[in-house]
Amino acid sequence: MLAGAAALAGGTALEALESQSAKPSASALPVPPVGTAVGTPEAPATAAVPPDATKIVGAPTSPLSVRSPFETPVRTPVGVVTGASFTPIHQLSGTIVPSDLHFERHHAGVAQIDPNRYKLLVHGLVDRPLSLTLDDIRSFPPVTRTHFLECAGNGRTAYRSPKPEMTPQLVDGMVSNAEWTGVSVATILREVGIRDDARWALAEGGDAAVLSRSIPVEKLLDDAILVYAQNGEALRPAAGYPVRLLLPGWEGNTCIKWIRRLELIRQPNMSRDETSKYTDPLANGTARQFSFVLDAKSTITSPTYPARLVKDRWTQISGLAWTGRGRIVRVDVSTDGGRTWTEAELQEPVQAKALTRFSHLWRWDGKPTVMMSRSIDETGYVQPTYRQFAEGRGLGTDYHFNCIRSWAVRAGGEVVFGVPA
Amino acid sequence: MRSAVCLSAQIFTMVSLFGTVACRDSEPTIGGVGRPSDVGPVVAAPARFNFGTAADSTAIAAWNIDANAAGEGLPPGSGTYNEGARLYSQQCAACHGQDGEGGGAGAVVYPKLISREPTPDFPFGRDPKIARTIGNYWPYATTLYDYIHRTMPLTAPGSLTPPEIYSIVAYLLAENGVVPKTTVVDAASLPEIKMPARDKFVADDRKGGPAFR
Repeated sequence: MLAGAAALAGGTALEALESQSAKPSASALPVPPVGTAVGTPEAPATAAVPPDATKIVGAPTSPLSVRSPFETPVRTPVGVVTGASFTPIHQLSGTIVPSDLHFERHHAGVAQIDPNRYKLLVHGLVDRPLSLTLDDIRSFPPVTRTHFLECAGNGRTAYRSPKPEMTPQLVDGMVSNAEWTGVSVATILREVGIRDDARWALAEGGDAAVLSRSIPVEKLLDDAILVYAQNGEALRPAAGYPVRLLLPGWEGNTCIKWIRRLELIRQPNMSRDETSKYTDPLANGTARQFSFVLDAKSTITSPTYPARLVKDRWTQISGLAWTGRGRIVRVDVSTDGGRTWTEAELQEPVQAKALTRFSHLWRWDGKPTVMMSRSIDETGYVQPTYRQFAEGRGLGTDYHFNCIRSWAVRAGGEVVFGVPA
Repeated sequence: MRSAVCLSAQIFTMVSLFGTVACRDSEPTIGGVGRPSDVGPVVAAPARFNFGTAADSTAIAAWNIDANAAGEGLPPGSGTYNEGARLYSQQCAACHGQDGEGGGAGAVVYPKLISREPTPDFPFGRDPKIARTIGNYWPYATTLYDYIHRTMPLTAPGSLTPPEIYSIVAYLLAENGVVPKTTVVDAASLPEIKMPARDKFVADDRKGGPAFR
């Protein structure tokens, strides 16, 4: 059994992960071994290109474009069948995460599903139980919105066992942002006719975890989407192909991938992932349950480890901010360890429940210091300090790690992930 | 076409800094965006599209696998500690350890399932090193059936019969000190078992706003 599990672990899941990546052409650099890029500077690109591209005819047209051989961003897979792949947020610009670099988390491998045999069952406390094919789902009026998706456990390693040599990918790489297209769940619920006593819905995946979460009906009627496209094309298998649930601003775990069933119910089911997992043990000896919303957070993506600053040279402190409660209204940056703060510039448009890019111009004076960012959302919520967070939630709390991150600048200009302040 | 001409006129007007001349040949609407009179409004969605097919009871029964905290969805059959001990050794111990101590290393970790150390003050928020197990953290016994039925064992999910699952549940609950080894677990008894952590879970009190909770 153990041997079988190990084979499964080392085999199918990793192959499935790798099949998500764009394959470089034969002339391009091979992608570095998966899992080695984090914590070390990227290998210098040495691809063969002509010395003067104006004097030689370029490559022909092709069915699929691939990245420049000089650009080799990769996710960092950890775990295997029950695994995750972290997004290289420090190597991205703007706010949209390319689909093949979007983080993933799954609990029993990436399900492989034939879209022609896919069905979504909507039943329970409804007037007209329905079975919907992919074609049926795509026939409803579509909605397209940009939203972040974040694993509720994002930031756990950085909180529990921070190391100076951590990149933003390992600190906060389980957040991504994409343009999602699908049908509003409200449209589907109107189609089946939900009864007055339907207060929750059990959303269930068609993967080997048959992962299930109980979702309040209010959220489903508000802004939930049954998504079939990401950044303009069909979902990738690791993102829940052919259809996933998206609950904007809520824990990634609730956004059930490969969704096959939605059952309207009176009370929450008390599934494993809403009792044993995805609950928040607190310092006061209780545990928060159904803590769906992801509070405001921000993280600097540049300059970060392994960058080195140059004294008196202008540098852009840039990063990402987001909140599950609407829009980010301000991001402050500190370059003196949190003693003073300056408002950062926000890249427009600032969208609700979506990543917002911030930047702050700075000239390092050559003295050791600490960089920080803190976000404020439209409800007036301020991203907590590490001390506030540790005292309020406890060192053993298990999800929603949204405290302020610190990046230390050493005397030589080296930037490292900072000790909590 | 009239719309395009009108837009050009607007841009020209703005660039020329001459007043606020609007499109006179379109009907004014809220927000100032005009729609020509020969263009109809956006089509409203019908009350129902009638897409999809009615799901009959057979189709629903095939997928309706959940068992909830009230015991709804638990199937007929029953299980015992002794049978569970035998099945645990065959089906679970390779990953979770002979004594439910957990297994694996590094990135592949199989959770600890059994603990007998008392944790009356529920110290998990303060100390991440105290393992959260069925006995000290899971608030509902029915979750065990629901979860094992869904996805265990890892290499053959969905392969256990209801009596086999009931037996493994009986074994795990008894080993965690929640019930005596004589307890027969079935659809009637399982939802009646009160887990030690049952009252430790609280509603989410975060609401946004200035206060950190």
